[in-house]
Amino acid sequence: MMLEHIISMRDFSRDEIDIILEKAIVLEPVARGGKSTLLSGKILATLFFEPSTRTRLSFDTAMKRLGGEVIDFGALEASSVVKGESLADTIRVIGGYADAIVLRHPREGAARMAAEYSNVPIINAGDGAGHHPTQTLLDLYTIMRESSLSGLRIALVGDLKYGRTVHSLAYALSLYHADMTLVSPQQLKMPDVIKKDLEKQGANVRETTRLDDVIGDIDVLYVTRIQRERFPDPAEYLKVSGSYRVTEELLKKANENLKIMHPLPRVDEIDHAVDRTGFARYFEQSFYGVPVRMAVLAMAMGVE
Amino acid sequence: MREKEMRIRRIEHGTVIDHITGGQALNVLHILGISGSTKAVVSVAMNVQSGVLKTKDIVKVEDRELKQEEVDRISLIAPEATINIIRDFKVIEKHTVDLPEIIEGVVKCANPNCISNTDEPVISKFTVYKNPLELRCIYCDHVISEGIAGQLI
Repeated sequence: MMLEHIISMRDFSRDEIDIILEKAIVLEPVARGGKSTLLSGKILATLFFEPSTRTRLSFDTAMKRLGGEVIDFGALEASSVVKGESLADTIRVIGGYADAIVLRHPREGAARMAAEYSNVPIINAGDGAGHHPTQTLLDLYTIMRESSLSGLRIALVGDLKYGRTVHSLAYALSLYHADMTLVSPQQLKMPDVIKKDLEKQGANVRETTRLDDVIGDIDVLYVTRIQRERFPDPAEYLKVSGSYRVTEELLKKANENLKIMHPLPRVDEIDHAVDRTGFARYFEQSFYGVPVRMAVLAMAMGVE
Repeated sequence: MREKEMRIRRIEHGTVIDHITGGQALNVLHILGISGSTKAVVSVAMNVQSGVLKTKDIVKVEDRELKQEEVDRISLIAPEATINIIRDFKVIEKHTVDLPEIIEGVVKCANPNCISNTDEPVISKFTVYKNPLELRCIYCDHVISEGIAGQLI
């Protein structure tokens, strides 16, 4: 399968996702330090119009481990963007240099528009509050490797209103008919329009405000950060964020095979003591970004 | 309606759009690209009593036969509208409007941070869902389900 552009999880069927995940399994030993010349002679351009560390570094790592080269425009202040060049023009120019473009941009829909102007594959690495499909693919890969995508019972916890990661993940999980529980404070509930969309896909979705209610009945706990700036009242923030904190105490009620995931960076939503338990999988999750992005890059560049 | 009661006279050639949702006639003209600088003779009747809807608007455009894809776009704001193509004072075609699957350059995305609301060379584009009517932005996935008339470009 050749991937044209990777813009949104909504563009993928379950079969297509499975093919990417299987390719990532094959490439995982390379991600762990093996050698490969799969993408030797290929050039990847990483265009980050917004700061990013882990996403940019994991794309860099994936490309280099496969023997390819990476170019970027360095600091944004020194680039033609500050001269007022449009994104459409930037994409047409860089498309002449590279075999694929990884794009992060502050505007929603930027990657979709870039794809219309690009003669090389565009890989969306985050467009504003919009999509970040390789994050979702690595989340699915983590679940596949550390738990199971079939018959999955998962709780998504935290900021389900604004968090793009959870929207995209919930959509993808609906393709796997996962049993989903949405756990969030009242003011950060998942928007109705997204819930309706999940139900249209045939997903089984429940909602609760209490983590305690579900901790004993799930295989995966996917934790996201509750941001301080969402709460006008700091006292309210402390009260709310405290009640979703994952601690060893809470985990006493958990299923022994429970796996905890987090897209990182975390602040204090998972206690550091939890890192030492068998539940913690967030650092593995972060590593899995490399094999998954390798698979995506190889397929985007038409290399089997 | 008998001839003597008609608020707008019959036309010889052109298009009559009837059963427009009351109050939406000007938006219909806007969608059809008919403005003050258009040469065509245009008659508009607004808030006329109607049996089907409580009130309706009527637009008559003379010497212009609107194509199906042009009129389909008005179904966004006037789903009950009927289109009559007139030649020699006779209705030679009559049809209802049907929502297109994709709508381009007619509605502005309601998400201020959408790439289609910037100076980039991009035309707004939506996938249209029916029952209930929803427009999903091709670019940012934002869904518009009400207030579509207010988002007309």
